[in-house]
Amino acid sequence: MTILGILIPVSLLLGGIGLAAFFWALKNRQYEDPQGDASRILTKDWDDRPKP
Amino acid sequence: MTALPRMDTTPSACPACAVVPSAQRLAALSAAAGGRIMLSLPGVHCAACISTVEGGLASLPGVRSARVNLTLRRVSVDAEPAVLTETLILALNRLGYEAHELDAGLLSATETDRQGRDLLMRLGVAGFSMMNVMLLSVAVWSGAEDATRDMFHWISAAIAIPTVIFAGQPFFRSAWAALKAGRLGMDVPISLAIILASSISLYETAKGGHHAYFDAAVMLTFFLLAGRYLDHRTRAVARSAAEELAALEVPRAIVLRDGTEQVLPVSAVSVGDLVRVRPGGRMPVDGIVTEGSSEVDRSLLTGESLPVYAGPGTVISAGEVNLTGPLTVRVSAAGKDSSLHRMADLVAIAESARTRYTSLADRAARLYSPGVHLLSFGAFAAWMWITGGDVRFAINISAAVLIITCPCALGLAVPAVVTAASGKLFRKGLLIKHGTALERLAEVDTVVFDKTGTLTLGMPEPTNLQDHPIEVRAVAVALARASSHPLAMALAAAGGGAAEVSGIVEVPGYGIEGQWRGRRVRLGRAGWTGAKPLDVTATYLSLGAASHAFTFADRLRPGAEAAVQALASQGKKVLLISGDAEGAVRDLAQRLGITNWTAGALPAEKAAAVARLSAQGHRVLMVGDGLNDTAALAAAHVSISPASALDAARVASDIVLLGQDMAPIGDAARIAAQATRRIKENFAISILYNVVAVPVALVGLATPLAAALAMSLSSITVSLNALRLK
Repeated sequence: MTILGILIPVSLLLGGIGLAAFFWALKNRQYEDPQGDASRILTKDWDDRPKP
Repeated sequence: MTALPRMDTTPSACPACAVVPSAQRLAALSAAAGGRIMLSLPGVHCAACISTVEGGLASLPGVRSARVNLTLRRVSVDAEPAVLTETLILALNRLGYEAHELDAGLLSATETDRQGRDLLMRLGVAGFSMMNVMLLSVAVWSGAEDATRDMFHWISAAIAIPTVIFAGQPFFRSAWAALKAGRLGMDVPISLAIILASSISLYETAKGGHHAYFDAAVMLTFFLLAGRYLDHRTRAVARSAAEELAALEVPRAIVLRDGTEQVLPVSAVSVGDLVRVRPGGRMPVDGIVTEGSSEVDRSLLTGESLPVYAGPGTVISAGEVNLTGPLTVRVSAAGKDSSLHRMADLVAIAESARTRYTSLADRAARLYSPGVHLLSFGAFAAWMWITGGDVRFAINISAAVLIITCPCALGLAVPAVVTAASGKLFRKGLLIKHGTALERLAEVDTVVFDKTGTLTLGMPEPTNLQDHPIEVRAVAVALARASSHPLAMALAAAGGGAAEVSGIVEVPGYGIEGQWRGRRVRLGRAGWTGAKPLDVTATYLSLGAASHAFTFADRLRPGAEAAVQALASQGKKVLLISGDAEGAVRDLAQRLGITNWTAGALPAEKAAAVARLSAQGHRVLMVGDGLNDTAALAAAHVSISPASALDAARVASDIVLLGQDMAPIGDAARIAAQATRRIKENFAISILYNVVAVPVALVGLATPLAAALAMSLSSITVSLNALRLK
């Protein structure tokens, strides 16, 4: 059962990374326009190169 | 004077920033918003729309960038100061999109978004800890024992307690507010359940007990926060859009003082002042014309579609639109005393008379809160008696009862249905302004329409052009081209080629005059051209001795027929009550197949008609746009107004139609009925769960696993049911 001593911190760490990423996305206003973002992926604009 | 409604570029534009902790960030935000133009685009709905709009705007000179927000149906344009909003709106119209300007200064972006982001952040934290605690709990349920179980409980506690303290705050705050006010809202049992579950579990953990409810406490927080967030989103979208619409009209008046023209806010105008009103302008005050002659459009006040002559001595009311010539008006009433405000008082009276509607959720909560507390306390007392004073066991039972009965259906299912329904309607161009509007709309059995500006666009269309010889038509078109009167513009647009008419002059208030083949020709009012007036909207052309009448009909709003048909096919009674003349109303009623119509109704009569219908037990949906409809809108069970309506009408109505098309009203009634059915189904589902689970909890058989299963199963079922909305 000693493996738990490693696995539990690891799982918490991974979850924590996810949470941090969520905070980052929130702070960067990634949730302002969910519908628009869902549609934008379908447009062909900037398919060959990123938007400058 | 350039009164462009654009934001200041200086960071000091926001005086409140000084007191806000993150003042710097806010200042940076408002600076970034400077030079931005916000437009509402009710028509965008797909990926192609995004590229068309953004590409089309970006190709205009002076536009730096444009970004469409599909969720809020608006585009924010970053442009050089020289770019006019009108240019952008025109460009968008050419691309096939309706656009309205929004006041960027009033955008409540900072406030509502902060709240939304705050809730989302708490939701994220609750979700994270729910997953981790569940992981540990599953281990305990599957048989971890002694030291391992205790360790898992302690880790769970370390995650769950801070989470509950942080993420549960919205509930604790509003529960505290409710308790202070002496009420027992929904949030009191929620908070009690969360706090009791956490503290019991902590105690049990410290004592090395078998059962801990950390997962339940966190899961409860998560599900209810999800409901709270959905609720907030729906409301925030509606509120911000409604506020921005309301900001469209800036009430100002041109006042003549000491021989110069000054632009003043209407509140600064006093009785006796002389106010100048340009053609196309709206009367800011009540008064009497002292100089100039023109025609005024009273449709928004009275519903009359035919313009009325105005010359010296004519009494005019605030809200009327001056059409042809400049007028100088001596103010007889301004501000609170003006007819606009008296109309607003009418609204206030009608609103106070409206029976306060309690939503389904509120009605359920009223039964639920005391019931749950009684049940939980009863369980505690009963087990104290049975076990002879085992406080620990009794509290465990009562906590389990609270957790299992916790109102996931009330807290999540209703917002989920309302969000799904209003999202659907928003995509169709309907903005639900009021939380209970959908439920009320579902009960409607009678629909009352206004005519001018609602079923029609208030844009005249010539109806008998073909009856006139080509020559006559050509003369009329030539004269009509010289005027900006709505009838003349419609005639000029539809008439075809123009004859050669010389010496054209417009006589404000009467019509247009010119010389054609040596004869005097006139186009205008019946009396002035020597024609016999008809009872429909018409303009008259005198050609020597003969006179010709050009009749007009108001153009139907697109989708008006579809909306009326849809409502009728749903078994609703459709009525038309208009302030316009009988002929015009009869024509329209026939065109739309409405048999029950009234013409020449005064504002108070409209409200009275709605009140009478309500007194007969009908649930009335009022659709109207003018000031004359406002009282009726407020008196009706539920009301809809188009975005082109006056402020007062939009404020008084529960639902705003964003686009021009009226067809969505039929869908709205259908979707509302469906949504209410879903809400009731969801209540039934959660009652069923409680009927099964509560006895189990009461006899003390509810393990944390059973509680977790009951809670997540019921939450997921009601959410899925909400999504079934079509």
